Amino acid sequence: MATSAVEHAAPDAPAAHSKTGVWSWITTVDHKRIGIMYGVSAFVFFMLGGLEALLLRIQLGSADNTFLSPDVYNQLFTMHGTTMIFLGVMPLSAMFFNFMIPLQIGARDVVFPRLNSFSFWMFLVGAIVLNVSFVFNAAPNAGWFGYANLTETQYSSGLNTDFWVIGLMALGVASLAAAVNFFVTIINMRAPGMRLLRMPMFVWMSFITQMLLLLAFPIITVALIFLLVDRYFGANFFQPDANGDPMLWQHLFWIFGHPEVYILILPPFGIVSEILPVFSRKPLFGYAAMVFSGAFIAVLGFGVWSHHMFATGMGPIADASFGLLTMLIAIPTGVKIFNWIGTIWGGSLQMKTPMYFALGFIAMFIIGGLSGIMHAAVPADLQQTDTYFVVAHFHYVLFGGSIFALLAGAYYWMPKMFGFMLSERIGKIQFWLMFIGFNITFFPMHFLGLNGMPRRVYTYPEGLGFEFWNLIQTAGSMLLGFSFLVFIWNIWRSKRAGVAAPADPWDGATLEWSIPSPPQEFNFAEIPTVEARDPLWDQKRSQGRPLPEPPRVSGEGIHLPNPSVKPLITALGIGVFFTGFLLGSPWPIPASLTINLPVVLIGFALTAYGILSWAFEPA
Amino acid sequence: MSHDTAHALHPPTTTGLDNRKLAIWTFIGSEVMFFSALIGTYLVYKGKSVVGPFPHEEWTSPTGEHFEHIFEIPLVTFGTAVLLFSSFFVVLALAGAQRGNRKMLIGWLSATVVAGLFFVGMQVYEFSHFMDKGLGYTTNLFGSTFYTLTGFHGAHVTVGLIWLGTLLILALRGKIPPEKALNLELAALYWHFVDVVWIVIFPVVYLMK
Repeated sequence: MATSAVEHAAPDAPAAHSKTGVWSWITTVDHKRIGIMYGVSAFVFFMLGGLEALLLRIQLGSADNTFLSPDVYNQLFTMHGTTMIFLGVMPLSAMFFNFMIPLQIGARDVVFPRLNSFSFWMFLVGAIVLNVSFVFNAAPNAGWFGYANLTETQYSSGLNTDFWVIGLMALGVASLAAAVNFFVTIINMRAPGMRLLRMPMFVWMSFITQMLLLLAFPIITVALIFLLVDRYFGANFFQPDANGDPMLWQHLFWIFGHPEVYILILPPFGIVSEILPVFSRKPLFGYAAMVFSGAFIAVLGFGVWSHHMFATGMGPIADASFGLLTMLIAIPTGVKIFNWIGTIWGGSLQMKTPMYFALGFIAMFIIGGLSGIMHAAVPADLQQTDTYFVVAHFHYVLFGGSIFALLAGAYYWMPKMFGFMLSERIGKIQFWLMFIGFNITFFPMHFLGLNGMPRRVYTYPEGLGFEFWNLIQTAGSMLLGFSFLVFIWNIWRSKRAGVAAPADPWDGATLEWSIPSPPQEFNFAEIPTVEARDPLWDQKRSQGRPLPEPPRVSGEGIHLPNPSVKPLITALGIGVFFTGFLLGSPWPIPASLTINLPVVLIGFALTAYGILSWAFEPA
Repeated sequence: MSHDTAHALHPPTTTGLDNRKLAIWTFIGSEVMFFSALIGTYLVYKGKSVVGPFPHEEWTSPTGEHFEHIFEIPLVTFGTAVLLFSSFFVVLALAGAQRGNRKMLIGWLSATVVAGLFFVGMQVYEFSHFMDKGLGYTTNLFGSTFYTLTGFHGAHVTVGLIWLGTLLILALRGKIPPEKALNLELAALYWHFVDVVWIVIFPVVYLMK
C-alpha cells in the first residue's frame, strides 16, 4: 500500500464552502460535525427519556397513587424504554462511531460521507415520529417490545402502535445505512500499517457492532412489516383466528432484540478498553482475547433469544438449550472483566473523571451480569421474569454499564471534540452523585422483584410491602436526575472557564491524540503510518515523550467531499412517505386501505428525487 | 479482475477492494437476513391456513364454494427461466462495458431490462389472476405470507429495474466507458442477488408441497 497517498498541507488558503451558519451544519458531510449532531440530539432525547422515568417514579412512589392514569403510565414506560434504547444509548454510541472511528484508524472521513449525513437525518426523522405522538396523546403504549397480538388493531385501536412501528422502521433505515458505512470504512480506510489486530479496541468493538446491526435489524424490520400489514391491510400474521401465531412476533422480535442489547453494550466495552490502559499507564491486558471474546459474544448473542421467552411454554428442550447457551455467554464476558482487572493491576492509576466512570462501569456491570446469569437458570427465571428483578438487571447493565461507559467516553473525548478541558472537581462530584443516585434507585429493585412486584404496573396496593423500597427508589431517581444537571453545568462552566485542551491531555495511546483539539476538518495533515498497536505510545517510545503540540495548518490541497443537502432531502422524502401511513385516508375508499395515498406518493417521489440527484451530483 | 482504473481523487483502499463494491456486498448480506425472515415465516405458516384457497390443492368452502389450486407452475417456471437468463444478459452487458463495446453493452443491457420487465409483468398478471381465483391478501395465512414474500421480492426487482434502466439511459448517452464499468457492475451484483433470492423462493414456495 502507498504510504501517504494524499497531499501535504500548505501554509494558507480559505475554505471553498462556508463553515459557519445553520446551512453549513444541515449540508455537512463531515463525520465530526455529524457526530456532534448525533451527540446533542441523543443527549436531548436521553434527558426526555429521563424525564419520562422520573414521572414513572413519582407515580410509583406511593401505593394506589393517582398521579398518572394507567393509560398515560403505559405511554410513559413504553416511551422511556424506546427512547433510552433507540434515541439515547444507540445515538450516543453513534456520536463516538462518527467522531472517533476515522480518527482512530487514521482516515480523513468515512467511506460514504453523504450516506453518513443521511443516517443522521433519518435518525432524526424516526425520533420525531416517535415523539410527535405525544402531541396527539397517542404515544406508543404497548411496551418497547410491542408484543402481538396486543398490538393488533382490535386491542390497540389508536395511532399509538402505528407511531411506534413507523418510528422504528425509520430508525432501522438509519442504522442500516450507518452500519454499511462504518463496516466498509473500518475494512477499507485504515491508515498504512493499521492491521486489523493493531486497531484500537473501540474500533474493534464498533466493527463487531456494525455486523450485529446489519444482521439483526432486517429481522425486526420484517416483524414490523408483518405488524404493519396486519394493522393497515388486515393481513393475518398475528391473528389467532386465522391460525396466525403471536409467538412468531416474539421470536422475530427477540432474534433482533437480543443482538440489540449487545449492540448497546459492545461499543461501551470498547470505550472502557481504551480508557483503562491510558489511565493505568499500561497496555490493555490480553488484547487478542478481548477482540475474540467480543466476537464470540456477538455470535453467541444470536443464539440465546428465547431466554426472553422462558415463561411462554416452549417446552423443556428449547428452555434447556437457550438456558445453556445464555450461561455460555458469561464465559467471554468474564474474560473481558478479568482482562480489565488485569489491565489496571499493577498500573499507575491516574484517578481522573474518565477513570472513575470506567471503574464504576466494571463494578456496576458485574452486578448486572450476575443478575443476568441468575435469569439464565430457567426455573429461577420463572420467578424473576416480569418482575422488578429483571428491571434491576437491565438497568445495571444498560445504565451502570452502557451509560457509565459512554459518560467515561464523554469525559475522555470531549476535550478532543470541543477543545476545552472539563472541570475535574465538578466531574468527580458529578460521578459520585450519579453513582449513589443510581444504586439507590436500582439496587432495591432486586428485593422488590424477588418479593413479587411485577413490571409494567402503574400502581400497587398497600400492604404488600412494596411501599418502602419504592419510595427510596423514587428519592434515588431524583438524585440521579440531578446528577445529570450537574453534568450539563460542568460543560457550561468549563466552556466558560475556557481551559484549552492540548492535543494529548491524557498521554493517550491512539491516533486521535496526535492531532489538534478540536481537529481540523481534514483530520490529519499527513496520513500517518502505523507500526504497532497503541500507535501513539509506540511513536512516543521511539521519539521520546512527550510529542510536540501539532500545529494547525491550512489544509490546502487536501480534497474533502463537498457538502450536500441531498441526504436531508432523501430522509425527508422517506419521512413524508411514512407520514402518509400515520394520516388517515383523505377520501372514502375501500376499508382495507387506511393510508393517505397522495402523501405516500409524494413522499415516494421526493425520495426518488433525493436519491437520483444524490447519485448524479459530484462527490 | 475489474477493468476500471482508480479514480484519481480516491486514496487506495486497505484491502484493494473497491469501496462501493464492498458496500453492495455488505448490503446484500443484510438483505439475506431480511429475506430469510420472510421465507422462514412462509415455511412456519405453510399448511396452517384455516380456510382456502390453497397453493397446491383444491378446496371447497363450508358454504359450498369451490376453489381450484392457486399455483400455475408452467407460467412461473417460464418467468423464472426468463429472470435467470436476465442475470446472464447483464453479465454480457458488463463485458461489453468493460471492453468499450457500445453495441454489446446496450444490446444486452436492454435485454436484461426487458427480461426483468417480463418477470414483473408475469408476477402482476399472476397476482391479479390469484385475486380473481379468490386468494386475497387477507384471505388466509397463505395469502398474507405469499403476497408479502413475493411482493417484497418483486419490489426489489422493480428497484433493480429502475437502477438498470437508469444505467441503460446513461449507456445510450455514451456515459459508461470502460473506466465507469464499475457502476454497472454494482447494479449487476444487486441484480444477481435478487435472482438468487428467487432461486430460493421458487422451489420453496411453488414446488414444495
